[in-house]
Amino acid sequence: MSIRILEDKCTGCSLCVNSCPFGMIKVVSREEAGKYHPKYKKIAVIDAGCNLCGACEEVCPFGAIVIKKETKEQSVDLKEYKNVWVFAEQKKGKVQGVVYELLNEACRLSEQLKEKVAVVLLGEGVEKEAKKLIIHGADIVYLIEHAVLKEFQDDPYTDVLADLIRKEKPQIVLMGATTIGRSFASRIAARIHTGLTADCTGLEIDEQEKILLQTRPAFGGNIMATIKTPYHRPQMATVRHKVFKKRAPEEGKQGEIIRKIYDENLFTCRTKLLDMIEDLTQKVNIADADIIVSGGRGLGDPKNFKLVEELAQVIGGAVGASRAAVDAGWIPYSHQVGQTGRTVCPKIYIACGISGAIQHLVGMQSSDIIVAINRDSNAPIFKVATYGIEGDLFKVVPALTKKFKEISG
Amino acid sequence: MNIVVCIKQVPATTEVKINPETNTLVREGVESIINPFDMYAIEEGLRIKEKVGGIVTVLTMGPPQAETALKEAISLGCDEAVLVSDRAFAGSDTLATAYTLARSIKKIDDFDLIICGKQAIDGDTAQVGPGISEELNIPCVTYVKKIEKIEDDKICVERMMEEGYAVIQLPIPCLITVVKEINEPRLPSLRGMMKAKKAQITILNAADIAAENNRIGQVGSPTLVSKIFAPPFKGEGEMILGDVGEQVEKLVNKLKETKVI
Repeated sequence: MSIRILEDKCTGCSLCVNSCPFGMIKVVSREEAGKYHPKYKKIAVIDAGCNLCGACEEVCPFGAIVIKKETKEQSVDLKEYKNVWVFAEQKKGKVQGVVYELLNEACRLSEQLKEKVAVVLLGEGVEKEAKKLIIHGADIVYLIEHAVLKEFQDDPYTDVLADLIRKEKPQIVLMGATTIGRSFASRIAARIHTGLTADCTGLEIDEQEKILLQTRPAFGGNIMATIKTPYHRPQMATVRHKVFKKRAPEEGKQGEIIRKIYDENLFTCRTKLLDMIEDLTQKVNIADADIIVSGGRGLGDPKNFKLVEELAQVIGGAVGASRAAVDAGWIPYSHQVGQTGRTVCPKIYIACGISGAIQHLVGMQSSDIIVAINRDSNAPIFKVATYGIEGDLFKVVPALTKKFKEISG
Repeated sequence: MNIVVCIKQVPATTEVKINPETNTLVREGVESIINPFDMYAIEEGLRIKEKVGGIVTVLTMGPPQAETALKEAISLGCDEAVLVSDRAFAGSDTLATAYTLARSIKKIDDFDLIICGKQAIDGDTAQVGPGISEELNIPCVTYVKKIEKIEDDKICVERMMEEGYAVIQLPIPCLITVVKEINEPRLPSLRGMMKAKKAQITILNAADIAAENNRIGQVGSPTLVSKIFAPPFKGEGEMILGDVGEQVEKLVNKLKETKVI
């Protein structure tokens, strides 16, 4: 794979410079470049960071840019791969909410492909959950039960799922973009040698090619990219929480539970899970929450976090925080929203005394409704807010809490 | 202990915009930095070295200018720096990158612990760390917020989870990816900066790491970016005016309409 500028054809017109999405083309004087031409004084030069996307090749009116693509070897016979799979992440035997959101999406995709939806459930004593997955849309549940699989552990989970994928050949594999899902999917994709797109917010089937178009935010949500895996299978994606709606259960829906038995020696585990410690300050998990009330530097003092907590409690929300509040030691890191904390997308995000540094905004700007309460009308948080209240949070927040209390009686 | 820290050079800000006319990224005046999460990885590597002895090798894959990032790592106290750079790597996705870095680590030879940041701020995928561990066939734990104990043949770490944290023991050699909470990165020392100036950076190309041609660059990348575009515009927000009572009244009504509360 290579890119070349044909020296005799390049006029130095600069059209390619503007076309490059990554700013990797410069036009320099030919004299400097040591590439003399009787007519043209300038020539395009391609920087080493070029990723051969091909945008410049299309715009060059003189055919002076040549990208030589080596023919890709078809790594697998694409026709052998069928069905849309969802990995059913479970904790303490309970399938996580994001799985039901993925099932809804898997059903939609499989209808377009005229294929089936299968769920892979690993655990111990989880057959009841398998039945629940069927009434939520699964046609097939692959159930693998073993004491070692009780809680997620990288090694045995990777061994089992990779083996199952190799044997059953799914077309698409979806996982939640959770802590577990994001690491687990990466290992599976590396073992199978297939493509994986992280944190998708949109999935579509390309009508002609019948392949999965995976759309995801990049650069902290400032840019969207659509990615595909044309020659490898399965096509893998992790999907963020709350992007898709949960599928409503359909009582009486039939499906097939296929139990797979694995040899004991497959369940080797190099890592050892010693303990699981729950964060007690975290009453509602911010990654899962429909409503988040967040506090920032404007609270002024750790004890004022109580105002945020009270409001969150009344409206059934989780408590978030800006980096400033976490760095000041007012609240544990697990509550931090933003680039170095968690990315969240609740239905309602209420920011109290958060000015809205870009690093914070990238972690919450995809929330459905954003309410900003801040004293400074110029605070950047107001630029992304659906509703802004310029005012004193020490008056507004308690008044909100009181009002909601009245409503709920 | 031989520690390898994998880093990436990224644009200093994620505030890149798309020019709607040309559909290309606007990157003017954006300087390059070491990916912020990788700073925690470097710091943790240095702390382990200071505690139990050993060397810290910092590794990156990128264009020749990524040397600046490696020099900065040396100024912080890393001992060796390796740049994996070749035109043949152009267009690598996370799988090809993981393969290339894993081949380079094999070339570096003896390693006990590989540390990566949890993700890079430009791509946000968090896929390369676990990918490297799979290529090297070593265990891996992501999102590490604390190393509780480190011994010759095993380490014990705390992995941040949605509902708290898990305590996990791994045998050495292994790979971990770290989150911000793990430490507070140091600033470069004067002596470090002098050392960085004179530092010899090892440069490896595709042939040096004996990479298979069909596993690197765009050919070795199963994923393909088919389109980039600006996110849909959300529309102007609304400022709610009035005294506190009125503001609260109006806001509560609007939020009630959503039926979420």
